[in-house]
Amino acid sequence: MVGESWVTTTFEKLEDWGRNNSFWPLPFGTACCAIEFMSVVSSHYDMSRFGYEVVRFSPRQSDLMIVAGTITDKMAPVLKKIYDQMPDPKWVVSMGACACSGGFYRAYHVMQGIDEIVPVDVYVPGCPPTPEGLMHGILQLKEKIERDRKRLKKAKAGSASDSDGSSAAA
Amino acid sequence: MPLLEKYPPDSVVPVAGLDQPTWIVHRDSLKELAAELQADSASGFDLLLDLCGADFPGRPDRFEAIYHLYSVERKERLRLKVPVPEDDPVLPSLAGIWKAANWFEREAFDMFGLRFEGHKNLRRILTHEAFEGHPLRKDYDAARRWILTEDKVYRPQPRPDDGESDDDMFEQMTINIGPSHPAMHGTFRVVAHLDGEVITASEVEIGYLHRCFEKMAETHTWQQVIPYTDRLNYCSSFINNVGYCRAVESLLGVEAPPKAVWARTILSEFSRIMDHCVCNGSTLVDAGALTNFWYFFQPREEIYGLLEACSGARLTVSYCRIGGLAEDLPPDFEAHCRRLLEMIPGFMDDIERLVNKNRIWLDRSVGVAAISGEEAVNWGWTGPCLRASGVANDVRRDHPYDLYDTVDWNVPVLPGGDVYDRYRVRMLEIRESLKIIRQLLDRGMPEGPHIIDDPHIALPPKEDAYNQMEAMIYHFKLIMDGIQVPAGEVYSMVEGANGELGFYAISDGSGKPYRLKVRPPCFPIMSTFSDLIRGGTVSDAVVSLGGLNVIAGELER
Repeated sequence: MVGESWVTTTFEKLEDWGRNNSFWPLPFGTACCAIEFMSVVSSHYDMSRFGYEVVRFSPRQSDLMIVAGTITDKMAPVLKKIYDQMPDPKWVVSMGACACSGGFYRAYHVMQGIDEIVPVDVYVPGCPPTPEGLMHGILQLKEKIERDRKRLKKAKAGSASDSDGSSAAA
Repeated sequence: MPLLEKYPPDSVVPVAGLDQPTWIVHRDSLKELAAELQADSASGFDLLLDLCGADFPGRPDRFEAIYHLYSVERKERLRLKVPVPEDDPVLPSLAGIWKAANWFEREAFDMFGLRFEGHKNLRRILTHEAFEGHPLRKDYDAARRWILTEDKVYRPQPRPDDGESDDDMFEQMTINIGPSHPAMHGTFRVVAHLDGEVITASEVEIGYLHRCFEKMAETHTWQQVIPYTDRLNYCSSFINNVGYCRAVESLLGVEAPPKAVWARTILSEFSRIMDHCVCNGSTLVDAGALTNFWYFFQPREEIYGLLEACSGARLTVSYCRIGGLAEDLPPDFEAHCRRLLEMIPGFMDDIERLVNKNRIWLDRSVGVAAISGEEAVNWGWTGPCLRASGVANDVRRDHPYDLYDTVDWNVPVLPGGDVYDRYRVRMLEIRESLKIIRQLLDRGMPEGPHIIDDPHIALPPKEDAYNQMEAMIYHFKLIMDGIQVPAGEVYSMVEGANGELGFYAISDGSGKPYRLKVRPPCFPIMSTFSDLIRGGTVSDAVVSLGGLNVIAGELER
């Protein structure tokens, strides 16, 4: 680092730190929630304060899909395809009641929650959620990623000690 | 009417006593009558506003196709009803007479299974390819879903009409834009056939946001529909609230108190400003002018603040109630409005200075996707897009409601019909809206209640509902059974941010709407898109879509 200063860390921590603070969101906006998403990225609320301003419309370049709006049965294959096109690691934030559960559209053409077809990391309630709500959701995801790494490590350690009885590998 | 004399007496029967002139037409005479109505300049109707189906299982002729016509010149309306039997649900297509009928007929086919003979492309439009049955029929279960899998997805193959092609065939290709694409605001899909960079043919696919509004309305009470109307045109949800509540109020034969009407007018105009901000902001972003987007969104955030102070919600306000407003206005309502009036013009000045004479913007928008006034009327256009084609048509002036006839304002009209004029008309309208609001504020807030005092329509105040037996019973009845709207039908319209927003409601006297059809202003506008972009480049198509201000929630309901 600069001059005499040194920082020591592990590679995993550095990687998580980088990921947590620079999501490249793909806004899968279909309806009203997409308008609130626009508010979140525009000047008043300004999501770039957290490092999340690089909004990508190409799934190949993004690691966070924000599903903002109602997903209908007609849209479902498109959503699945775009999710599949995103490179790993990837996360999904379900923004709003419709994406979480179909909302108050219990109807013949509306998917009752996107978790029917893609795994969801954070559900943000609201119809639509306030910008603060969405920002809180994304910050929850940040925490989740940190947590997941620890949990993964623990699980690995646990399974290794279970299987061969020897001391856990690093 | 002399026009009617030549038809056999049973085939065209005028019905009296409805909200607007209505004729019941036999389907054999429909095409001839329609052609005559469209062509007749003196007493004809040049604009097909809406076409919808309705299902009456008890009747000998189970279905009904309902046409709403309008004369731009005389500002008159006419409704045609065509009964159609269940075993042979066929009627002639009017797409050759009014081009607007093209998509409306596809919708009626999709929703009710009515078949329009002579329609070139009678395919489902709102529901997906694997869908079976016709959802708005009364015997269709509202929650019955069908799963669409990847292999069944429809793949459009647009080909130029004339079949001719240049020698350099290798330059031809087909590209898919959308439904998840940064240039498609919302959820549309355009498959374009290109010759080099020029679009020679295209096919527009919609329905990716069909949320079954009309079926949902039939399964909820009249009040419960209000939140659903928010989500039609979510950029200006308050105007939808007003439109719907006005329709139900006219069925009930009541009027909102002066204070509610005053507030409705002011908030509708603020909503219109917000809607125009989103439309112009995103159009300019598509042309690469990102700065204006931030300039447009700041006043929008401030108007959100006002709506939030009134209703508690920013975007989907649900602030209207049948007979008035949900809550009284906040104490600083007038001061808040005044603050906005001071602030908004500054932003608009900045934007216009940046954009109006900007070389790049002019090159991208002048003459792009131009349409003549006559063509636009035939396609069923209304609102700012039609006014940008030189036709002065505005519901607020032609059929005044609320307080619009008591204030002094202009209807901005520009002749060009292109993307630039659509942008300019919207900027001018923002100024006119501010003018309307200022005059109403100067007049002062009317005294009195915010909702009518009728326990069969308006909920009693919460403290009464808790403490008085009578109020509690009224509260219970209203929540459980809904407002008892007398049987009848009405077509009621307001000027939405994109054009005439109509609600056609049929009541059978129960607590729920029997049929509620929305006349979405951007549906006929979007049906023109394929024609509009033919001959232009792909980048023109992107800018012209922005300028049309098509909102998926309203387009597909």
